[in-house]
Amino acid sequence: MKTTLKLLMVLFVTLLVSCGGKEEKKKESFSYQKKTTTEKAATPKAEKVPASKKVDLDNKGIGPITSITLGAEVDQAMATHGEDVYKKMCTACHRADKKFIGPAPTGILERRTPEWVMNMILNPEEMTQKDPLAKELLIEFNGAPMANQHLTEEDARAVLEYFRTLK
Amino acid sequence: MKSTLAVLGVLVAFTSCNNSGNSDKKSGALASNVAEKVYIAPGEYDSHYAFLSGGYSGNLTVYGLPSGRMFKEIPVFSQFPTSGYGYSEETKPMLNTSHGFIPWGDAHHPDISQTKGEIDGRFIFINENNTPRIAKIDLKTFETTEIIEVPNSAGNHSSSFVTENTEYVVAGTRFSVPIPQRDMPIKEYKGNFKGALSFISVAPETGEMDIKFQVLMPGFNYDLSHPGRGKSHGWFFFTTYNTEEASTLLEVNASQNDKDFIAAINWKKIEEYVNNGGGTMMPTNYAHNVYDEDTHTATSIMKKEVRVVNPSEVPGAVYFIPTPKSPHGCDVDPTGEYIVGNGKLSANLTVHSFIKMLDAIENEKFAGEAYGIPILNFEDVLAGVVEQPGLGPLHTEFDGKGNAYTTFFISSEVVKWKIGTWEVIDRKPTYYSVGHLTIPGGNSGKPQGKYMFAMNKITKDRYLPTGPEMEHSAQLYDISGDKMELLLDFPTHGEPHYAAAMEASLIKERSQKIYKLADNKHPFAAKSDDDTKVVREGKEVHIYMTTIRSHFSPDNIEGVKVGDKVYFHVTNLEQDFDVPHGFAVIGQNNSELLVMPGQTKTSVWEPKQVGVWPFYCTDFCSALHQEMQGYIRVSAADSDTPIKWSLGEDIE
Repeated sequence: MKTTLKLLMVLFVTLLVSCGGKEEKKKESFSYQKKTTTEKAATPKAEKVPASKKVDLDNKGIGPITSITLGAEVDQAMATHGEDVYKKMCTACHRADKKFIGPAPTGILERRTPEWVMNMILNPEEMTQKDPLAKELLIEFNGAPMANQHLTEEDARAVLEYFRTLK
Repeated sequence: MKSTLAVLGVLVAFTSCNNSGNSDKKSGALASNVAEKVYIAPGEYDSHYAFLSGGYSGNLTVYGLPSGRMFKEIPVFSQFPTSGYGYSEETKPMLNTSHGFIPWGDAHHPDISQTKGEIDGRFIFINENNTPRIAKIDLKTFETTEIIEVPNSAGNHSSSFVTENTEYVVAGTRFSVPIPQRDMPIKEYKGNFKGALSFISVAPETGEMDIKFQVLMPGFNYDLSHPGRGKSHGWFFFTTYNTEEASTLLEVNASQNDKDFIAAINWKKIEEYVNNGGGTMMPTNYAHNVYDEDTHTATSIMKKEVRVVNPSEVPGAVYFIPTPKSPHGCDVDPTGEYIVGNGKLSANLTVHSFIKMLDAIENEKFAGEAYGIPILNFEDVLAGVVEQPGLGPLHTEFDGKGNAYTTFFISSEVVKWKIGTWEVIDRKPTYYSVGHLTIPGGNSGKPQGKYMFAMNKITKDRYLPTGPEMEHSAQLYDISGDKMELLLDFPTHGEPHYAAAMEASLIKERSQKIYKLADNKHPFAAKSDDDTKVVREGKEVHIYMTTIRSHFSPDNIEGVKVGDKVYFHVTNLEQDFDVPHGFAVIGQNNSELLVMPGQTKTSVWEPKQVGVWPFYCTDFCSALHQEMQGYIRVSAADSDTPIKWSLGEDIE
């Protein structure tokens, strides 16, 4: 029974992969995946921590940022610039302290490495395809894609500095 | 493995098609070889862009060569509900003219800007034949950014060809008219009507167009034109017909003379005259419409005068070269020496020599004059004749290797002939009744010829029937060998009159991916969530709205009343390539909007019924596209529902 289901699933996925428009396919597979997670995980879900609450301070993510060092003190000028960039480019989907279209950035550095945060800003397509946490987040947030707003590395770094001020 | 199968599949498809075809006698093996020549594997790129005029569609279509795949339709002279061009508040001024708002046009001859006689890929120009206009399309964005109306012109057909450094884009009138326009008997045409040839300067940096001067010629029909290049740079050549100056039954009356003329205009000489204050400013009225990429908004200004020049004022600037029987195309070879007059009712193809023309002028060997303009002797200027190459020659293009290719409408063929010896080298049928043909780099000193395509007027049995009307058909030929080889049929949109093509590398890298939000200077832009608002000004309501995957902000709006004029100013906050959002609201009387990343567009909505009405995104933007929607509440005209707007108020 289980194997038939699996087989059917594989078939269905292959079908989706092999035909249909790019975006449409994504949507279908998201809603499909969502169903399975709710159905399959009906009982064990109680213990499962959602990706937005998971803590992983080792994963640096995938993208141009491999290593950054944060200063001991917040660089206030940089944080102010970061707040400005954040307001212009991010508030359409993010609120500082509440879940909106995407997760809230408050306290993000208690859950993620600075590199991961910057890579998520600078390289969202690849992150949501390959990084396990980003993949989970995409599903947790109903498949709402993290838009690539093409920030410069400097601006993304400033946004990160601004995030340090959000407690 | 998979790809082998796919290739096999394609081969099978092509082979089986060929077997059922009747026009090609090639074997299966050869046919598959042809298929490879036009096959662009999924994800790979064509080597050339082709821009085909849409004729009565008023637009320009973009194709890839050699695949014949259509990439885009660029709206130019016609409203285009797909993007909102000509419907949105920002683009409506683009279609303004001295005759008011014109929603449609007849687009004819695209020509790409040049530097030093070579295609530079910055702009493409195209003429509107019916309500005379010239448009400029920016090849960074593939958007129409400027349209200038041409006064004193009617049937803007011998247009829109550029000189070798894009000093001018030239627009000649097909129909002569009274200048200035006035109420007079049609029968008094002869001697009273005039034909205006307009030289529109193009600013080197911005590309901005301005009518520098118009030459007021005798009342003939000015059919087609091409610039001199190289040695003949500084001259422009126009074919004429109806030198009989008939105003009725031209089918017969304009075919009386054994020869009509090619008008040779020394524009440098006239330019100098004008730069020294020559010519007369004449009162007139024409629109100049410019799209600003920072405000994302077009403005239309009415201009009130134009400089006109009579040929008699500038002796030595205008000559007539007799050319047999109603010449249509007027094509100049890459060296600038040969001017081909495609006499459409003539059995032979006439080629004039620029050097001989200069010589005849210098020695003042004139056969006579028409309205004070010297007529040269046909024999003095003649370089050669291609003897009986076909029936109904229309247009000629060049491959840059000493060969010319001429279309023959009546005998439905393209004939390749050699410049200098005038011998026919090859001929290939077209399906059917070919008009124009294009070689990439066509109107330039340096054709990029590997391909040539013919644009046919009649399609008939080339495709599955689609009722009485078929899309016109184009045929792609490989011209790299001695003989032309037919590679592909592909359908075209509207009726292409000429096309311009070039190597893809000239523009591919420069193609713009987004509009920078930071540069958006639209007065009604909302550049972040903080800027979104709804403002009432009397009976006008302005909604400053944003879009991003996948919501509108605001998405709940109240306080609008029946009888209001509601402006949805939609700014797309996305800054990523190929992520437009659409906007549609129920009962929209104009069209949807398709808003590019970083752009602001405005749709006016005049609600007529009380209710709560939805709006939504029309462009599938993300997995949550179907969720991209909102409501606008419309209250009775006398209600006092306050203006309110929100997004996600009840979100956790």
